[in-house]
Amino acid sequence: MAGIWVHGELTADGSLAKLSTEVATLARALASEGGDGAVTGVVVGADPTAAATELAGYVTSVIAVTEPATADHAAGTIVAERLAALIDEHDPDVILLGAGPEGRDLAGALSALTGRGVLANAVAVRGGDDGPVATHSVFGGTLVTESALTAGRGIVTVRPNTVTAEPAAQPGSVEAATVDSPLAQPQVPIVDHIAAESAAASIDDARIIVAGGRGVGGPEGFALVNDLAEALGGAVGATRAAVDSGWIPYSQQIGQTGKIVKPQLYLALGISGAIQHKVGMQTASTIIAVNRDPDAPIADFADMIVIGDLVEVGAALLARLRARTG
Amino acid sequence: MRIVVLTKPVPDPASGGERLGADGTLDRANSPAVVNGNDEYVLERALKLIEAAGEGEVILLSMAPASAPETMRKALAMGATRGVLVTDPAIAGSCTVATTRILAAALKTIEFDLAFAGVDTSDGGAGVVAPGIAALAGLPFLSYAATIDPDPAARTVRVQRITATGYDVLEAPMPALISGTQALGEPRYPSLKGIMAARNKEITTVTLADLGIDPATVGLAGATTRVVGSEPPPPRGATRVVREAPDEAADQIVALLAERRLI
Repeated sequence: MAGIWVHGELTADGSLAKLSTEVATLARALASEGGDGAVTGVVVGADPTAAATELAGYVTSVIAVTEPATADHAAGTIVAERLAALIDEHDPDVILLGAGPEGRDLAGALSALTGRGVLANAVAVRGGDDGPVATHSVFGGTLVTESALTAGRGIVTVRPNTVTAEPAAQPGSVEAATVDSPLAQPQVPIVDHIAAESAAASIDDARIIVAGGRGVGGPEGFALVNDLAEALGGAVGATRAAVDSGWIPYSQQIGQTGKIVKPQLYLALGISGAIQHKVGMQTASTIIAVNRDPDAPIADFADMIVIGDLVEVGAALLARLRARTG
Repeated sequence: MRIVVLTKPVPDPASGGERLGADGTLDRANSPAVVNGNDEYVLERALKLIEAAGEGEVILLSMAPASAPETMRKALAMGATRGVLVTDPAIAGSCTVATTRILAAALKTIEFDLAFAGVDTSDGGAGVVAPGIAALAGLPFLSYAATIDPDPAARTVRVQRITATGYDVLEAPMPALISGTQALGEPRYPSLKGIMAARNKEITTVTLADLGIDPATVGLAGATTRVVGSEPPPPRGATRVVREAPDEAADQIVALLAERRLI
């Protein structure tokens, strides 16, 4: 497959988003299927050099576009305009990007500006006879669908943890580009930043998530959830009930109106597994639940359910994990 | 102040009965529709803003099959003023590109100060239509809102956008398009009075011809993507049930974690 591009997303500190390393790895695999394996990366930012150099570790070549406006404006629309201009000029077949908040905002604007279709939230992508074929989990996981782009051309957004990031054997080149045509879309200034109250680890691309639900009983209960997450090197998640009760911020909510995650391990404490939560975590590789109720819905899709008191079981587990890491 | 709220009827996520027809589109007969969850949060915020201002209207905008008024009535029962429904047989099977074009064209026919949409929908969940509409309509786009605070006198709006490290405070002139999240607050339940009142609220129907859109460029025929297969997800393995005392149970968890190389 020829003409595969990947967008390199910047984090707040100017480094490359982990999700972009996964997307780049996936792009390389796709490009190798019946092609020369060449992948072009694009990074757009006020200071794109660091992230572009990182991305070059995964792809053949990277175009680094310096765009000062992204320093203090919402980036999605601005990056979309710059990327759309490059797509016009180079005409790649497929552009892959991350399916996080930044990637979705970008994909939407880019699709509108270029008229190219979007295969959204891919959990796998393979090369088909006529371009990439993406696998998606839709309707809250009720159906797994495969879809393709008309004429094999368009945009694909890829969920976190779809592949494990692996650098290329040979790092690629970085080419700086300046696009100085005026931006046509309205720019939205960022007038202030507010730091989150707790610097909770992000659940978006966490390998391990320890999550608590109503059964945790209160903010004190979440101390145990936090301790277990720390002992396992994971992030803390929660159900909507726990968020609505004010025990933990919305940023950690998993489910229908929260985030959809795909960790290697999901340890669910006091979570019944109602459909609204299930849709956010059912594709986790291993699900272990601790719950008093043997008839909780989570018993139907967990790999292991421990019937018991989560404080007692959690404390016993924590002691063992701490003993192991010493 | 006039606020347009984009609402999508989606198959009820609690039903679990979703399946696709032969053409790869949703078999709606088997899927009872509800208002998309994230759309209810932005609708609630719009209703609160209009109530606090003491004047103005909340206008619902949906693109859906002709049966959608039923779902729209539920949102009208929450307190929205009126609805605009874009419906046309040719729309069935539209991809996100066509959906974006149609909704952007429909939005341009309405006078408004702010337009709200949920960050994504519970069915496909692409989350790309709202930013696309903003780009086509040339509107400032403020996304992933945890708060929405307009200043009608200054004709500006402030939004706290959820980021990986906290919030970015964004500010834009009106009119603007904002995508919002559950952090905006719990939606109200319709009151009996609201349900009664909704029966008589106006729902205007708009067709592709009204919007000047060629039917051949939308729907299944004009789609930029196509579904090539669908099946139920692979079943998960059997669940191991552990009923031992906490210490023994914890040992079994550790053993499973070690076996799967998670510790």
